[in-house]
Amino acid sequence: MALVDRSSDGKETTRVLVALVENKPGVLTRVASLFRRRNFNIESLTVGHTDSPDISRMTIVVDATKTNAAMVERNLYKMVNIIDVQDVTQSPAVMRDLALIKVKIDGQTRFEVMQLIDVYRAKVVDICSDSMIVEVTGPEAKVNSLVDMLRPYGIIEMVRTGLVAMVRGSGYWSGMPPENGNGSPVETEPDIVSLGM
Amino acid sequence: MKRTGAQIVWESMMREGVAVVFGYPGGAIMPVYDALLDYPVHHVLVRHEENAAFAADGYARASGRVGVCLATSGPGATNLLTGLADAMMDSAPVVAITGQVASSLVGSDAFQETDVTGVTLPVTKHNYLVTRVEELAGVMKEAFHIARSGRPGPVLVDVCKDVQFASTDFDYDAIQVRLPGYRPVMRGTEEQIEEAVALINASQRPIILAGHGIILSGAHDELQSLAEKAHIPISTTLLGIGTIPESHPLNLRMMGMHGEAYVNQAVQAADLILALGMRFDDRVTGTLRTYAQNAQVIHVDIDPAEIGKNVVADIGIVGDAKNVLAQLLPRVEYQERADWFAQIDEWRQDTTRRDILNREEDASLHVPFVIDQIRRSINGSGQVTIVSDVGQHQMWAAQYFRHERRNRFFTSGGLGSMGCGLPMAVGASFARPDEEVWVIAGDGGFQMSLPELATVAQERLPIKIAVMRNGYLGMVRQWQELLLGKRYSGVAISSPDFVKVAEAYGILGMRASEKSQVAEVIAEARSHPGPTLIDFVVEQEANVYPMVEPGKALHEMLRRPLA
Ligand SMILES: Cc1cc2nc3c(=O)[nH]c(=O)nc-3n(C[C@H](O)[C@H](O)[C@H](O)COP(=O)(O)OP(=O)(O)OC[C@H]3O[C@@H](n4cnc5c(N)ncnc54)[C@H](O)[C@@H]3O)c2cc1C
Ligand SMILES: Cc1ncc(C[n+]2csc(CCOP(=O)(O)OP(=O)(O)O)c2C)c(N)n1
Ligand SMILES: [Mg+2]
Repeated sequence: MALVDRSSDGKETTRVLVALVENKPGVLTRVASLFRRRNFNIESLTVGHTDSPDISRMTIVVDATKTNAAMVERNLYKMVNIIDVQDVTQSPAVMRDLALIKVKIDGQTRFEVMQLIDVYRAKVVDICSDSMIVEVTGPEAKVNSLVDMLRPYGIIEMVRTGLVAMVRGSGYWSGMPPENGNGSPVETEPDIVSLGM
Repeated sequence: MKRTGAQIVWESMMREGVAVVFGYPGGAIMPVYDALLDYPVHHVLVRHEENAAFAADGYARASGRVGVCLATSGPGATNLLTGLADAMMDSAPVVAITGQVASSLVGSDAFQETDVTGVTLPVTKHNYLVTRVEELAGVMKEAFHIARSGRPGPVLVDVCKDVQFASTDFDYDAIQVRLPGYRPVMRGTEEQIEEAVALINASQRPIILAGHGIILSGAHDELQSLAEKAHIPISTTLLGIGTIPESHPLNLRMMGMHGEAYVNQAVQAADLILALGMRFDDRVTGTLRTYAQNAQVIHVDIDPAEIGKNVVADIGIVGDAKNVLAQLLPRVEYQERADWFAQIDEWRQDTTRRDILNREEDASLHVPFVIDQIRRSINGSGQVTIVSDVGQHQMWAAQYFRHERRNRFFTSGGLGSMGCGLPMAVGASFARPDEEVWVIAGDGGFQMSLPELATVAQERLPIKIAVMRNGYLGMVRQWQELLLGKRYSGVAISSPDFVKVAEAYGILGMRASEKSQVAEVIAEARSHPGPTLIDFVVEQEANVYPMVEPGKALHEMLRRPLA
């Protein structure tokens, strides 16, 4: 028997899970409580609406060097209010992080900063004589890189949303199990592969 | 038809087949208690809410049905916690109903308000706060469904007081339970089964580790058939006792910290572990660094989060044990494995001489002797359910009783909560009214739930209570003796005169302090129609052997010192 590895398999330092959850009070508490109770290391967690008012969507970035993402996935799967969960790290997925960065400027640096922002296809959303707010969207690496470039000018304040992700292609992921017509609970056979087994 | 929230609580329970509940009333649950008078449900008044949860837990384990407990808001609900945590750890199907302050007051620190769904979140499988009467019936239906299906566990329903008063239309059968995120996986995939069968058929030194999941799944027959057909020895966990008769030639008996040495040797030498409905608790594995290093592991569990949690599974099969065993059964083949069985037998001879069968046979009264006498008495006549508290006596009850019948041994395994014995027996006694129920408790744990003697007396439950009075919190004392150089700290415990205590409660009390008295008091207790308590004054500093010290490897067991 091999020893259980508390980190994830593979080379990634982070893993991205997407979960569809019932839009009910307390679901976020349950998820947060699970992470604390199981000692899972999470980099970011974002929650937002979907096209269905009953369903919210979470994107969870797991610190794969400390936490086994498959265990996070299995624990999420068994929670009553979590409809489905997928590890999209290896999937062809669009992953985006949004940051607002308030950076110092003066007469000399204003132009330089604007040029930098252009290269990153970021936007200036607010500007005063001695600072501006930059909005950038993109994969985390791109956002990190812009942050690094802006740091020498002096970052006054920054906020990032954390990653959101969606698999490419026309597939629609509702996560909903088939119904058996009479509304009684159905026992379905979920995709075991998606549980990392 | 229109019903109040309070009525809906009972109407729902009637439809779920609930005939007995364990509880304690208070302000926030008074409407429910008032409505109770109109329903044929028997309410058992416990003496502390923790014991209501333990009793519901014991009822659930003994009946295989959902056990129900009731408490008021605030202190009533927080008192439930230990019992709920116990049901959570040991996968017992329990529904807890608690009263909550009126929905308009929630969040205002109202009198006896506690965030009960918050407090119980980590110790329940799921929980609900009901703030609208229209939701109540659906929540009740979901709660029972969740508690008993998949991996069973406790579900708490916190009902605001105004909801209990309010009325709405009620039609239980028409309620559609829609739980899109709750889909227990029930059987293995073809690929998993094929791979598992190949490993089983090729193995030279396989061992089955049978756990509580076999009992919860009702897979006893399938387990025995598979072991016999493929010719594989079985070891059980503490909570797996009762999955297969202890006298069955393939049953090696309990593994782990206080399992027999030859069983642990077999685990360490095995080339294949077939783990069925057990979760590789650290009391089972010892240090993981050296656990079963020669073995490939097939792990069958209904809970996906158990696969790969403590032990890497070469093949993880998420599914109900009964289904998965039925999938495996037709394909496994008989193998002689003569060398393997001969090797185990050789180890067994040595153990038999040393550790468990070789009890201390000096003049003083030892707990194993008492347990053995109870077993002998009962094997002569009748059936018995043994409920054990937590400590040395618990391990001796596991080692020496030798359970032949299914599901006759209940105890707090994962939480190891002292005080569980008597209240769990109260629950078991309601589940098995025609069966003799024995409690084996230590002088420490017994005093934690001693007030439940009043419940036993009030309900006239013919429970037989054996208190092993060694004057110590024995299990902790044993660790202090063996691991901390006999520096006894906080473990000496005095007790009242239990015979007088019993009598004060109207219960027949007896005492035995000599070996020669044991058979007689047991016989007398068994022939007495009502509850009895026997105070066994036992050897003070006896130890449970063998023992895997915490953090040590399974094969480095501390054996019984040779005389
Ligand atoms: C003082 C003390 C000493 C102890 N010493 C030992 C010891 O020496 N040896 C020992 O074994 N234990 C010992 N224990 C008990 C130990 O702590 C655990 O409680 C025990 O090992 C758990 O057994 P289990 O895994 O079979 O049961 P559980 O903990 O109840 O786990 C059951 C497993 O079965 C799964 N399951 C549930 N339903 C199904 C189903 N339908 N199909 C398939 N799977 C299902 C669950 O998901 C779970 O993983 C000791 C406890 C105490 C207090
Ligand atoms: C509620 C609780 N508190 C503390 C413990 C730690 N503990 C485990 S066994 C034990 C001693 C039990 O003593 P006793 O009931 O007298 O049984 P004995 O070991 O002497 O047979 C203690 C204190 C526990 N398991 N549960
Ligand atoms: Mg004691």
